[in-house]
Amino acid sequence: MATAQTKPSRDAFTELDSLHPSHWRRNVWNLIIYLMLILGSLMFILPLFWALSSSFKSDYQVMEFPPQWIPNPIRWQNYPEALTYIPFGRFALNTLIVAAGAIAGNLLSCTLIAYGFARLRAPGKDILFYLMLSTMMLVEPVRIIPMYIEFNALGWIDSFLPLIVPAFFGSPFYIFLLRQFFMNIPKELEEAALIDGANRLQILWRVILPVSKPALAAVAIFNFQGVWNDFLYPLVFLHKQTNYTIALGLNFFRSTYTVHWGYLMAASIVALLPIVVVFFFAQRYFIQGITFTGIKG
Amino acid sequence: MSTLTTAGNIKTSRWNLRQREAIAFYLCIAPWIIGFILFYLGPILASFYFSLTEWDLLTPPKFIGLDNYARIFTRDPLALKSFKITLIYTLAYVPTDMAFGLLLAMLLNRNLRGISFFRTVYYLPSVLSGVAYVVMWMWMFNPQHGLINTLLAYLGIQGPRWLLDPKTALPSLIIMSLWGVGRSMVIFLAGLQDISAELYESADIDGANRWDKFWNITLPLLSPSILFNLIFGIILTFQSFTNAFIATNGGPLDATLFYVLYLYRKAFEHLQMGYASALAWLLFLIVLICTLIIFRTSGKWVFYRSVGE
Repeated sequence: MATAQTKPSRDAFTELDSLHPSHWRRNVWNLIIYLMLILGSLMFILPLFWALSSSFKSDYQVMEFPPQWIPNPIRWQNYPEALTYIPFGRFALNTLIVAAGAIAGNLLSCTLIAYGFARLRAPGKDILFYLMLSTMMLVEPVRIIPMYIEFNALGWIDSFLPLIVPAFFGSPFYIFLLRQFFMNIPKELEEAALIDGANRLQILWRVILPVSKPALAAVAIFNFQGVWNDFLYPLVFLHKQTNYTIALGLNFFRSTYTVHWGYLMAASIVALLPIVVVFFFAQRYFIQGITFTGIKG
Repeated sequence: MSTLTTAGNIKTSRWNLRQREAIAFYLCIAPWIIGFILFYLGPILASFYFSLTEWDLLTPPKFIGLDNYARIFTRDPLALKSFKITLIYTLAYVPTDMAFGLLLAMLLNRNLRGISFFRTVYYLPSVLSGVAYVVMWMWMFNPQHGLINTLLAYLGIQGPRWLLDPKTALPSLIIMSLWGVGRSMVIFLAGLQDISAELYESADIDGANRWDKFWNITLPLLSPSILFNLIFGIILTFQSFTNAFIATNGGPLDATLFYVLYLYRKAFEHLQMGYASALAWLLFLIVLICTLIIFRTSGKWVFYRSVGE
């Protein structure tokens, strides 16, 4: 593997050069790095592999030592049995409804807010911007009790509204991400449209949004991931089992089915799958989303 | 929305261009201002008021002054214990996570064949937080048949009881969270990729070794990423809830009773909304003070490149 780094050489001169002590040292160094990376990635993959392997085992197979790394026989039934024991389809649908509502709310509100912060001048703007940023650092528990009381008074507890409605008022991280992205769009595009008599909303819609698809995708993906993985807020706001999200459903399944690890792993794999799939198809948006914010310094 | 500025009719307007822009700005950010009042400022102030009361949600709140705070410090050893556990966890987890994140980022910041595959592998677990992540690790830590003790058994070692033993439960939760090190890694990686190779090349010419380059180039130029990971690491870790709620529910023997887990119990299981609000406000103040201290001292160790560079 170390030779992969030496450039294809045509003459004896470079051939000799690659035997030079410094090159030799570099190749050994690369080999060590490869070994560390491979060993480390095995450690990182192993929990997923172990969960996947266990998800195809019967209660008996799960307890065998030495373990069967690839189960024999493969117990496919774990999946249909685990997923019908409690209404996982319903939980998935609930989670998708919350995610769709929250994503719609955030895309709508955050683009508008971010555009204001990125492009328009007004007295008090800087203070409001720093105030907005500082809410990112707020400890959530300080607002969860009053929000529970607020939503309780509105009769919203045990509905999806507490999980969706706040998204229509923007989320600081997404506003920040979009604002950073909008700042990098050349102003000339807008100025031309302004001279043509377009108003700000038209500019946002026709000029800014079409070139902002990667940033909007990053917001949608981060938001989907956030909703899918969220536990504390659904736990506080949703009580009836028919309203459970995937996270609450899986937790309920765990608390009632602890000893059946095959089932539990099958259910966990299904709960992880959408995020893994989204991650592999949209990995660059995850990474870009972080780079857009410029937090790298 | 039709009141938003239209450049075409400037002359007919009562407002000048600058005023119209300011109006447009406030219309654009209006949703955030309303949301800030409804979901941030309002709740924070309300929470402070509740913290001065005794309230079970069923009867009207009874004003008791600062007694809830006195109770935390003088009459509730469990509250102090939960704070101590959270503090130990934060002090152990945040630096470990940052050290591993930096190490991985440095290993992954090079042009080797297949490097993007490795980046994907190390980053993936960090997007998988939540219940399934924890349930998976509960199975990893299972004393009889979990993967970790199975591997130890191959070596003839009888593994510990991990989440079920008060001594190893908290370290187990740290290991569990470290699987998500990709979150800090990716921020360090973005920071490293921004450091120009020329700096290292000129250091090479000066005869600097790897260690010199790490201390004098990498660390200073990475200090904004370090600050970011440190602050968000502390803020998020102080609020740890889900992992312990699912994996141990605070046990065994309260060994993993995190502060927010205790707060959740007081609020939503014992319905002591006033007392729970006092716990919440105290956490709010502690995290705020920590953050301010770090920001204040950051001027001494965080190195920002000038904008033009």
